[in-house]
Amino acid sequence: MSDLAKTPEPTKARAASGSAVDAEPSAAPAAAVDPRLLVREQGFAGYWTEFIRKVRGGELGSLPVVIGLIVIGLVFQLQNDKFLSASSLANIAVFTSGVGIMSVGIVFVLLLGEIDLSVGSVAGVGAAVWAVLSVNHGWGDWLSVFVAIACGTVIGVLHGFFFAKIGVPAFVVTLAGFLGWSGLQIWMMGKEGSINTPTGSVVEDLTTHFFADKAAAYGLALVAVLAYAGSQLLDARRRKTAALPSRPLSEILLRTGVLAVLALVVAYFLNEPKGARGLPLALVLFLAVLVIADFVARRTTFGRQVFAVGGNAEAARRAGINVDRVRITVFAISGMLAAFGGLFIASLSGGATKSLGSGNTLMIVIAAAVIGGTSLFGGRGKIWSAMLGMLVIQSIQQGLNLEGMASEIQYMITGAVLLAAVVIDSVSRRTQKSAGRA
Amino acid sequence: MIHVSATPVLALRGVSKRFGAVQALTDVDLEIHTGEVVALVGDNGAGKSTLVKTISGVHPIDDGAIEWEGTKVAIGRPHDAQNLGVATVYQDLALCDNLDVVANLFLGSELKSAAVLDEIKMEKRARELLDTLSIRIPSVRIPVAALSGGQRQVVAIARALVGDPKVVILDEPTAALGVEQTAQVLDLVERLRERGHGVILISHNMADVQAVADRVAVLRLGRNNGVFDVAQTSPEEVIAAITGATDNAVTRRRARTATALKEDAK
Ligand SMILES: Nc1ncnc2c1ncn2[C@@H]1O[C@H](COP(=O)(O)OP(=O)(O)OP(=O)(O)O)[C@@H](O)[C@H]1O
Ligand SMILES: [Mg+2]
Repeated sequence: MSDLAKTPEPTKARAASGSAVDAEPSAAPAAAVDPRLLVREQGFAGYWTEFIRKVRGGELGSLPVVIGLIVIGLVFQLQNDKFLSASSLANIAVFTSGVGIMSVGIVFVLLLGEIDLSVGSVAGVGAAVWAVLSVNHGWGDWLSVFVAIACGTVIGVLHGFFFAKIGVPAFVVTLAGFLGWSGLQIWMMGKEGSINTPTGSVVEDLTTHFFADKAAAYGLALVAVLAYAGSQLLDARRRKTAALPSRPLSEILLRTGVLAVLALVVAYFLNEPKGARGLPLALVLFLAVLVIADFVARRTTFGRQVFAVGGNAEAARRAGINVDRVRITVFAISGMLAAFGGLFIASLSGGATKSLGSGNTLMIVIAAAVIGGTSLFGGRGKIWSAMLGMLVIQSIQQGLNLEGMASEIQYMITGAVLLAAVVIDSVSRRTQKSAGRA
Repeated sequence: MIHVSATPVLALRGVSKRFGAVQALTDVDLEIHTGEVVALVGDNGAGKSTLVKTISGVHPIDDGAIEWEGTKVAIGRPHDAQNLGVATVYQDLALCDNLDVVANLFLGSELKSAAVLDEIKMEKRARELLDTLSIRIPSVRIPVAALSGGQRQVVAIARALVGDPKVVILDEPTAALGVEQTAQVLDLVERLRERGHGVILISHNMADVQAVADRVAVLRLGRNNGVFDVAQTSPEEVIAAITGATDNAVTRRRARTATALKEDAK
């Protein structure tokens, strides 16, 4: 059919289009671009005007959270100069990873326009399964970890099945899961109620292992920057050869520069100051999950389908997308990452317990995704918002801990931050509507 | 009536569809041959869109049969219709507002290299496709929500041309379009016919129907109310069938012979 569309009979098109069009060279492909809108000037000036236009139109993206992070960093550093110390930052990195991985799953669910209230309990079940299998039953370390994550996945599939096939609202299914799975977790943990992490086990390493060699952190930062620059340049070149508009070199350099500074500063703080322990394994795993999930969401058919279902499920169905399968898969991802995150929490707290994953874990995980800029209304968001949002939350907690603030105050402050994030989401959505972009 | 092929590429036989208490379609027959444009007309609520949706698998039929190239097929979901080679432009457009133009055009049939979306190829094809429909879109990379009604409609039409359909169904494709874009869409319909595709065109605009259709099928209150050869029928007759001034074969026949006599007299 494409050849059909590519070869209009010029005589007919001309006859039909009338005199108004004959006056201008409508045959040139450039004429199909409306001169009124979105013509971006080249270079930094164009970049800046487009940025202003986006902000005015309510496309805030990650802007509020980045500003928030800078403010948080400044405020706490002024209060207490230990905040930007090596141990404090390493703490933030390690504490961010487990819940951050769970938050990545939540981002997928939010992109669908749904919610998963069970992630805390599923994390608890994941940790319990691993502990019971590896400690009580003496299964191999890796096998227990694998089975624990598989259990989380199966639980997610179950949620997805009830939601997609039976039609129970996801809110209710996962609320039932929230109760039911934490019951299972308590039952599995038995009378003692806790199983300690064996020393030297895989799960212990998750949050305690650091790559002490300085080359690790710097190397990773360098690889990340080079990979980013390489992919951007390659993309720009391919677009140029295809005669499509591409990012100007200046913009690529600017972006790469910002990333390089960030990555090297983080690597420096992990490596250099007194008491620095190097690159935490937890951070490496978290970054790996982020990169893979981001790739899936933006570059694969499945990711495209998730956005489509979140935007307009009926349109997605009519486009031939198997909406049920997409929904079930997303809940499976959420369950899988919840169980994986549960192992991190077990590693941090020294073992699996009856109450692992309860309390405010669920709140933090969902709040992080929303604070990071993923919309609660579906179809809009980025995987990286899981990391940004979780950094905000953990930085606040770390800062308040350094201040010796009681946990009830921390709850209140985190709650206020979440409310602010949701307000920003709703307001930006309204602005986008009035700017015709939602 | 000259048919390009003896067996219709798509045929509905006694199709019925019911929504709760509403009997939207009763015993409807329709045939589409390759290289033929069939206009489907009828008053608001006559069941045209419902008929389209039964063919495209959005609402599976309750009763009757759908035949594809002479063999009976079951169309239970949109995927089935797409596999057969039916492309549909829905009246409500069915676009994802949050996705950009390129993503919408290729939704469900993305171009890939290995398992990765080939954005560059898709964007290139999208531009070519939109250029032929001479639509001005600010950028193919902005969300569809930011487009005007007519621009959205053209995106929906272009969507139907992305695959390689045998039958293209257009549910009021020109309702929101300007003069030039309407002409382009009618041109497109003629091009589709020349290439041997079957086209179902739903329109309330008799001039458009007269301009491009070979046959006109009239629906009234969810039932067939006559199929007319455009070349041998006056718009008044079709309108009479739509509004129900002629509800049976006898009055229809009388009207036809009357016009025939008038023409003889000229
Ligand atoms: N999903 C649905 N649920 C219930 N009733 C429906 C549904 N879709 C259509 N109907 C009913 O079926 C009948 C036919 O509707 P349909 O949309 O097919 O009309 P139409 O001929 O396309 O009208 P229009 O020219 O206004 O587009 C109407 O009475 C309508 O109320
Ligand atoms: Mg209709």
